[in-house]
Amino acid sequence: MTESRPARKQIHLAAHFPGVNSTTVWADPRSGSQIDFSSFEHLARTAERGLFDFFFLAEGLRLREHAGRVHDLDVVGRPESITVLNALAAVTDRLGLAATVNATFNEPYELARRLASLDHLSGGRAAWNVVTSSDAFTGENFRRGGFLDRADRYTRAAEALATVRELWDSWPAGGERRRFAHDGPQFRIEGEVTVERPPQGHPVVIQAGDSAEGREFAASAADVIFSRHSEPEAGRAFYADVKGRLARYGRRPEELKILPAVTYVLGDTEAEARERAALISRQQVSPQNAILTLEQVWGRDLSAYDPDGPFPETDPDPESTLVQGRVRVADPFAVAARWRALSEAKGLSIRETVIEATGRHSFVGTPASVAAALEEHVATGAADGFILVPHLTPGGLDDFVDRVVPLLQERGVFRTEYTGTTLRSHLGLPAPVWKAGTP
Amino acid sequence: MTRAHPYRPLHLAAEIAPGAVGTRAAADAVALARIGEEAGLDFLTHDDSFSRPGLDALAVLSRVAPATRSIGLVPTVTTTHTEPFHVQAAVATLDWVSRGRAGWRVEVSRGAAEAALFGRRAAPPTAALWQEAGEVAEVARRLWDSWEDDAEIRDVPTGRFIDRDKLHHVDFQGSVFSVKGPSIVPRPPQGHPVVVVDATRPEARETAARHADVALIRAASPEEAAGLRAELHRAARAHGRDPELLRVLLSVPAGLPGLPGHSDPSGHSDPFGHSGPSGDSDLADPAALAERIAAWHGGGAVDGLHLVPADPARDLPRFAAGTVAALRGRGLFRTAYAGTTLRDHLGLPRPVSQYAPKGADA
Ligand SMILES: Cc1cc2nc3c(=O)[nH]c(=O)nc-3n(C[C@H](O)[C@H](O)[C@H](O)COP(=O)(O)O)c2cc1C
Repeated sequence: MTESRPARKQIHLAAHFPGVNSTTVWADPRSGSQIDFSSFEHLARTAERGLFDFFFLAEGLRLREHAGRVHDLDVVGRPESITVLNALAAVTDRLGLAATVNATFNEPYELARRLASLDHLSGGRAAWNVVTSSDAFTGENFRRGGFLDRADRYTRAAEALATVRELWDSWPAGGERRRFAHDGPQFRIEGEVTVERPPQGHPVVIQAGDSAEGREFAASAADVIFSRHSEPEAGRAFYADVKGRLARYGRRPEELKILPAVTYVLGDTEAEARERAALISRQQVSPQNAILTLEQVWGRDLSAYDPDGPFPETDPDPESTLVQGRVRVADPFAVAARWRALSEAKGLSIRETVIEATGRHSFVGTPASVAAALEEHVATGAADGFILVPHLTPGGLDDFVDRVVPLLQERGVFRTEYTGTTLRSHLGLPAPVWKAGTP
Repeated sequence: MTRAHPYRPLHLAAEIAPGAVGTRAAADAVALARIGEEAGLDFLTHDDSFSRPGLDALAVLSRVAPATRSIGLVPTVTTTHTEPFHVQAAVATLDWVSRGRAGWRVEVSRGAAEAALFGRRAAPPTAALWQEAGEVAEVARRLWDSWEDDAEIRDVPTGRFIDRDKLHHVDFQGSVFSVKGPSIVPRPPQGHPVVVVDATRPEARETAARHADVALIRAASPEEAAGLRAELHRAARAHGRDPELLRVLLSVPAGLPGLPGHSDPSGHSDPFGHSGPSGDSDLADPAALAERIAAWHGGGAVDGLHLVPADPARDLPRFAAGTVAALRGRGLFRTAYAGTTLRDHLGLPRPVSQYAPKGADA
């Protein structure tokens, strides 16, 4: 095939508020407040100026700890998602507003009510990223503690989501409020909701787990996957895997959008972009963070090591409880072996190795080359779009919106105006089927 | 120009629930909030429950926050079925998005019908619910304090974003729940968002005396109100609090002639409803209402008034244009906001974190 593709596949874009992680650079002089509303407002307005599909907030229900003390090297602390998004609904018109809210430490009635309220207050722009962390460490902040086995995290999440959908359906807009009754293994509840059916019918549902169970849950019930597979190869494999699961649920491939989290660095030339990328990596991996990153894999106290010195001789401790409140490194021995090999092969210090191994930016280049790469990624089945993770608050999205979005529009792969008012319309998702309740 | 006032400042607040049950709720609430702000009210309350139709009150007032600049925003958030950790994080976040204008009206969920919406626990008796509400208020304050104000340091040489010695596990052990902490939200702008408790029910009075910055009461006469206020002050003192830091506002159901106000669960007749059982001309005669507010307040019976309109969209503009204007005309109510936070409006100091080293800047 030599002619250009007839209808180019459209890219969806979302903006992740720079988070509680080592991607976010706080030591840069341009780095502003992580908590003032003005930072959220700036980023959301920028995303809307760039005609993004949605703005995304992550959640963590317990501050991360390291060796029994609050982790202090990254940004710590953030506001509660839904409340910030309700406020952002006042300063934006079209931008989707996505809240990460845990399905383990919340009950369906309240989830349904709070998300329906956000959808009403934003005129149909709400999304719920359903996450499932169920560890006892997080549970210590809640009445029921660590009540849920990890194995049951998606059993509960799936029933919670199904129940929430029943509640959203129980009061058709302008119609009769009907009683609902749900009787299942996880929830036995009944009564009436206090809020009419949301303007989108159901707010958009996002899923961010990566296990087989997580993918199956997404295939059965989610509208969007927030994926961590930003590399082209891994992205295509993940994309094919998840889209392949949809038919079983009577769903078409376009009913589930796959959006990996990606980072980017722009420059006027390729060389300048690479230089800036290296600088940002050094900011992200401070000497202290290099040792800490190693400790997260090793599960051992490595504070005696010099970040500019050679790699430790010891092996990881797979039973370690040193690190709490993070997703565990699945196979610490394999990671340690890979990193040690990298260090030996290139003669790298601990910090240089960590930068090399973890400090990768997904897209580095001129605005034109980044725009081309984004299009390529979507055209070749590695993604339906991207959740951009800027490294600076609040200005981290400015250059992308000013310099890359116009090129994507020129290429005909990104909208030049919002055509609808709801997040569902931006994503091209069908209206949810209305289901009459049981009683 | 500082002039000693011969009286304590008058505080005025109004209720704006119930709002619309759908998408109109945002525009309606913003319109009411702007009227309240124009009138210089200390704060608006937005009542809430899991059984009455209406949007989540804290959500509505978060939506209102960026559309207003000065007025305090006080949603009802119940403590019976919602996780204490979530309650405090949401209220702290309302304080962040409103830049220090948040309050929290503490309420409980009574009855089996609301318990069935959650299916987690049977409904305990009201007294137990209020004791639990007190514990939730207590743990909320600890969590708001669990980040000292200067915890964020951004110290580049040591690579530290926070000084973790200034973050604290709260290790709260209540009678029916425990919370580890610290909060996930940095200390809110006001230190503690303003805690409001409706002390009308006897079961709630202890919690009000112990935890409230603002207590709402109902009374049929200035004497009864003064008695309740004195009782709350006595109880606050018994808990080691300075009673001067507890504002007592009279909740007044208000409607138009022939339309009785909000039905009053305590069985009190409308104190400002003056002549007959049919309700009265309180809002139809704004000057007379202003007169009565001035008399109750000037006589020391209450610190102010919390208007509970039968129909906020109809009654709040009349209250603002009539009664508030009359009070301003007499020099009894602010004509502009002097401060920026709800604590400023109420004349309440910003509390120091209970975890701050003793002798820290008070
Ligand atoms: C890209 C991505 C983002 C995530 N963001 C969050 C988050 O903000 N909060 C959270 O509690 N969990 C988050 N998670 C965790 C997942 O939702 C999920 O609970 C966890 O990965 C365990 O599920 P799994 O075993 O299927 O991966 C995220 C996961 C991924 C892959």
